[in-house]
Amino acid sequence: MTQIPVRITDWFAAKGWSVHPHQQDMFDRASDPATLLIAPTGGGKTMAGFLPTLAELAAQEHTGLHTIYVSPLKALAADIRRNLRGPADEIGLPIRIEDRTGDTSATQKKRQRVDPPHILLTTPESLALLTSYEDAPRMFAGVQRVIIDEIHALAESKRGDQLMLALARLQSLCPDLRRVGLSATVEDPEAIARFLARHPDPCRIIQADPGPDPDIRMLQTQEMPPWSGGGAAYSIPAVLVQIKQHKTTLIFHNTRAQAEIFFHNLWLANEDSLPIGIHHGSLDRQQRERVEAAMVRGDLRAIVCTGSLDLGIDWGDVDLVIQIGAPKNVKRLVQRIGRANHRYNAPSKALLVPANRFEVVECVAALEAAKAHELDGDPRGAGPRDVLCQHILIAAAAGPFYPNALFTQMTSAGPYAQLGRAEFDSCLEFCATGGYALRTYDRWQRLQQRPDGQWQLRDPRAAQRVRMNLGTIQDTDTLKVRLKRNRGGKPLGEVEEAFAASLTPGDTFLIGGQIVRYEGLREMVVEVSRRADRKPKIATFSGTKFATSTQLSDRILRMFAQQDWPQLPQHTADWLALQRDISRLPQRDRLLIESFPNDGRENLCVYGFAGRNAQQTLGLLLTKRMEETGLAPLGFVSTDYATLIWGLDAVTDPRPLFQLDALRDGLETWLAGNAVMKRTFRASATIAGLIERNTGGQRKSGRQATFSSDILYDTLLKYDPDHLLMQITREEAMRGLVDFGRVEAMIARIGDRIDLLRLDRVSPLAAPLFLEVGKVPVKGTAEERLLAEESARLLQGAGLQPG
Amino acid sequence: MNEVSFSFADRTLFALGSGALWWPDQSLLCVSDLHLGKSERMARRGGPALPPYDSQDTLNRLASDLDRTNAELVICLGDSFDDLDALSALGTNEKLRITALQAGRRWIWIEGNHDPGPIDLGGAHLSESVIDTLTFRHIAQAGGQAEISGHYHPKARIRTRGRSITRPAFLVDDARLILPAYGTYTGGLQSSDQVLNTLMSDNALAILTGPNPQIIPMPR
Repeated sequence: MTQIPVRITDWFAAKGWSVHPHQQDMFDRASDPATLLIAPTGGGKTMAGFLPTLAELAAQEHTGLHTIYVSPLKALAADIRRNLRGPADEIGLPIRIEDRTGDTSATQKKRQRVDPPHILLTTPESLALLTSYEDAPRMFAGVQRVIIDEIHALAESKRGDQLMLALARLQSLCPDLRRVGLSATVEDPEAIARFLARHPDPCRIIQADPGPDPDIRMLQTQEMPPWSGGGAAYSIPAVLVQIKQHKTTLIFHNTRAQAEIFFHNLWLANEDSLPIGIHHGSLDRQQRERVEAAMVRGDLRAIVCTGSLDLGIDWGDVDLVIQIGAPKNVKRLVQRIGRANHRYNAPSKALLVPANRFEVVECVAALEAAKAHELDGDPRGAGPRDVLCQHILIAAAAGPFYPNALFTQMTSAGPYAQLGRAEFDSCLEFCATGGYALRTYDRWQRLQQRPDGQWQLRDPRAAQRVRMNLGTIQDTDTLKVRLKRNRGGKPLGEVEEAFAASLTPGDTFLIGGQIVRYEGLREMVVEVSRRADRKPKIATFSGTKFATSTQLSDRILRMFAQQDWPQLPQHTADWLALQRDISRLPQRDRLLIESFPNDGRENLCVYGFAGRNAQQTLGLLLTKRMEETGLAPLGFVSTDYATLIWGLDAVTDPRPLFQLDALRDGLETWLAGNAVMKRTFRASATIAGLIERNTGGQRKSGRQATFSSDILYDTLLKYDPDHLLMQITREEAMRGLVDFGRVEAMIARIGDRIDLLRLDRVSPLAAPLFLEVGKVPVKGTAEERLLAEESARLLQGAGLQPG
Repeated sequence: MNEVSFSFADRTLFALGSGALWWPDQSLLCVSDLHLGKSERMARRGGPALPPYDSQDTLNRLASDLDRTNAELVICLGDSFDDLDALSALGTNEKLRITALQAGRRWIWIEGNHDPGPIDLGGAHLSESVIDTLTFRHIAQAGGQAEISGHYHPKARIRTRGRSITRPAFLVDDARLILPAYGTYTGGLQSSDQVLNTLMSDNALAILTGPNPQIIPMPR
C-alpha cells in the first residue's frame, strides 16, 4: 500500500488534524518485518502504531485476527480499546476490537479463542498463555501485525523476555507477522531494536520529533529539607500551593511506603479539602480503579502515586509532575516528566522535591543531566534461562515438539539470539528430568522423548499446571488486608508477609491513606480496624527499589569535588562543608570509610557510590569477613551511596576487612550462603517451574505441609552445586541484586586508595543511613548471643530457671 | 553444647539442636517426621522434580546424631516415609544406609498418618510404644499423659532486639512433649497456631533448635 486510504485522511481532516511525519513514516514502513518508533508521550504514538492496521482493514476485508496489541498494563489494554473504538467507527470500519487480560471473563476468553476479533489488546502473560493452547495455530491464523507498546519498559524485565519468546512462537505460526515497537525516549534505541527484531532480520528505528525540552526545576520551599529521612513532609505547604495553581498534579514517589506517609501528611494539611487521591500497586484493585476513573473524569486535583502510574494511560489534563525524592535514574525522570502535558509540542512541567539534604545533591545532579540530555542505563545482557525453561514447558503444553525446531524458533528472539545449543539442551534436560547429577526421576520425567524424536509431557494433564504457573512477575509473599467485620470487611490492599509477622495486635500502620489497627490474622488475611488517634507504624512495602545509575553517581562525586556549590541551596552547601570539616567528602578515585560508635554499637560507613544493589553486596561481603574475624556484626543497611554496618563489638582496626582482593576471592563462597541468593533462587526456581506458585487453597491449608524454598537452595548447594538453577541463580544475582559488576568497577576506580577515618560520633553524611529501611540481619554468632540473652530474660520473667 | 536438658514426666531428657530427642537413661534417640522419599513422591504425583537429595541429607544428619550419642534404641516417631510407596522407591543406597544405621541397636518404627502400615525394613513396627513410663505415638491424643509425639512439625518464633527468629521447636508441658520434624524437606506449624495452642497447657515451654537450643515459654 503506497497511500493512506482516503477514508482515513478524510477522517484526520475532519478532526482538523494532520498526519504527523512519524505517523507517515510508520505507514510507509508498514511492510518491514520490524520497526521501532521512539516518540515522546503525547506524540500520537498509539495512532502511529495502529495506522497501518486501520489502513489495511479499510483497504481490504480481513477474516480473523489481524493485529495483536501488547501492553505491560491491563488497564492500558482496556484504555486503548476505548480510544480505538471511536476512530474505527468514525472512519467506518466494521471491525471488532477486544481486550484480553487476567480480568477478562472465562466465557469471553473461550469465545475469543474460537472466534477472535480483528484487533486483540492483551498483556505479555495473556499472549504467552494463548500460545500454550493446542488450538493456537487456528486462533492465530492470518495475524498480520503485532504492536508492542511501552517496549522500553518491557525490555528491562523478564516480562519482555517472555514476550519475545511468545512472539517467536507466534511468528512460527504466522510467518508474515510484522512487528512494531512503541517506545519512550531511551538512551540506546539500538538495544531495543535488537530486542524486538526477528533475528536475523533487521529492525529499523524511526525517531519522532522529541518536542521542546521540559521545564524542570527544584521546588522552592520555606522550610529546609531535613537532615535525613524520606518523607519530604517539610515540602507539604509548598506542594499544596502548587496543586492549587495547577489543574491536575501527579506526585510521584519512589516507594509505596513513602507515598502512604506523604499522602497522610498531605491530607492532614489539606485545609481546603482539595480532592486528592492515592495510587500504588499494594492497594486493592477496586480502590485503584476508583482513583483512575476519578482522574479520567478530572475530579482529582492531585494524585500521590508510585511507578504504578509510570506507564500508559493518557491522563489528559495533568499539567504538573512533582517528583518526591531523588529520581535515581535520569531516563526514568525524563519519562515521568513526559506524563505532564500530553499535548504534542508543549513543554512538560516538573518540579523536583528532595526528601533530605543528600537528595538535594542528587536532584540537582539529575536536573543538570536532564538538561544536558544525558540519559543513563546499563545494557541488560542475554536473556535469562529461567524464562527459557518456562517457555520449553509452555511449548510442551501446546503439543509435542522437535528440539531442533524449538531451538531455531527461540534463537530468533532478540534476548536469546546468542543462545548456545548446549545451554538450550541443559534447559530442556532440566524441564524433562530435573537435570540432577543424581538421576532418580527417570520413571517420573516431566517431558518424555517419543520414538519419532519429539518431546511431550509425560502426563498431558500437566499442561494445566504449566499454565497456572505461567508468568515472570514475582508476587513477594503478600497478605491481603481487610477491615474486620462479621462477614469479611472491605479489602484495603496488601502488605508483605514479613511485615505482617512483625505486627502484634494493637499496632497501627498506614494503608491507602488510612491509619488502621492490627487485630489479628485469620485464614491468611490481615484483619484491621480503623483507627485515627495513634501515630502509625509504617507498612514496609518493599516495592521496587532502583539503584542510582552509574552516570548519576558519577555526577554527584564530580559535584563533591567542587570547591563550593553555587548550584546548591545554602543549607545543603553548608552541610557538605560541615562534612568536609568533621570528616571528608567522598572522592571519585578514593574510598572513604568512617568508623564511629553510636547508641551502644560500633558502626562502619563505607561510601562506595556504587548504587544500592552493589552497596548491598559490599555489605554482605564485609559482614562475612567480620563474622570470620569474630567481630560479631549484627546487620547492615545500604543506600545508593554508602553501606552502614553495625555490630556488638568495637571494630578497632577495620583495615584487614578492606583487602579488596580478598573480598573478590571470597565472593564465590560468600555467594553460596546468603539471603539475597536465596531470594534470587526462589524467583528463578518459580519461573523455571521447580517451585509452584502458591494458589489460594494451598495457602489456607496447614503450613506444615509446605516448606521454605531456602531448604531446596541449601540442599542443592550441598549436593548439586552446579545444577542449572544454581547457575541461573548466580548469574541473576551477579547482574541483579548482587550487581557485582559495579563492585568491581568501584574496585577498579579506587585501586588501593582507601581512607579510614575514626570519628567520635556519627558524621553528617552517615546520619541519614540510620533511618534507612531494609536493614539486613546477619545470622551469625551475634544472633546466637541475642537468642541466649532473650531466652534468659523471658524465662526469668516467667519465674523459671534455664535447663 | 548443642543440646539442652529438661525434665519431662520426672525423667531427664535432652533436646538436641538437630531436632532429635536424647534420653540417656534408656540410651534412646527419638526422631520424628523424617518424611523420607518426599521428593520422589512429589514427582510421582506430577509435581515438580525437586532436588532428590532430601533422604540422603536426612539420613546423614541422623547418622551424625547416632555417632554422637551411640544410642542403643532408636524410635522413629511416625511419618518416617512420605508414603508407603516412598519406601519401595527409595534408592538402594538409602536402604543400605538405613540397614547400616540399624546395626547393633534396637529400632522401632511408629506408624504415622503418612506411613500407616508395615514396611519392608528391619526393626519393630508399632502403632505406639511405652518405654519406662513414657508413651511414644505419632499424634498426640486428648488426655494423653507422659506422651511423646510428633506430627505437627512445631516451630516457634521469638522476637529479640529488633529481630524475629523462627526455628523448628520442641513443645513441652506437664503432660506431653511434641517433637519438631527431623526430615530435610519439612515445613513447620507456628506454636501460636490454634491447634497447638489448644493442645498445650498454659505453662508450656518451647525449645528452639539450632546451634544452641534455647528454652522459652511457648509463644502463643
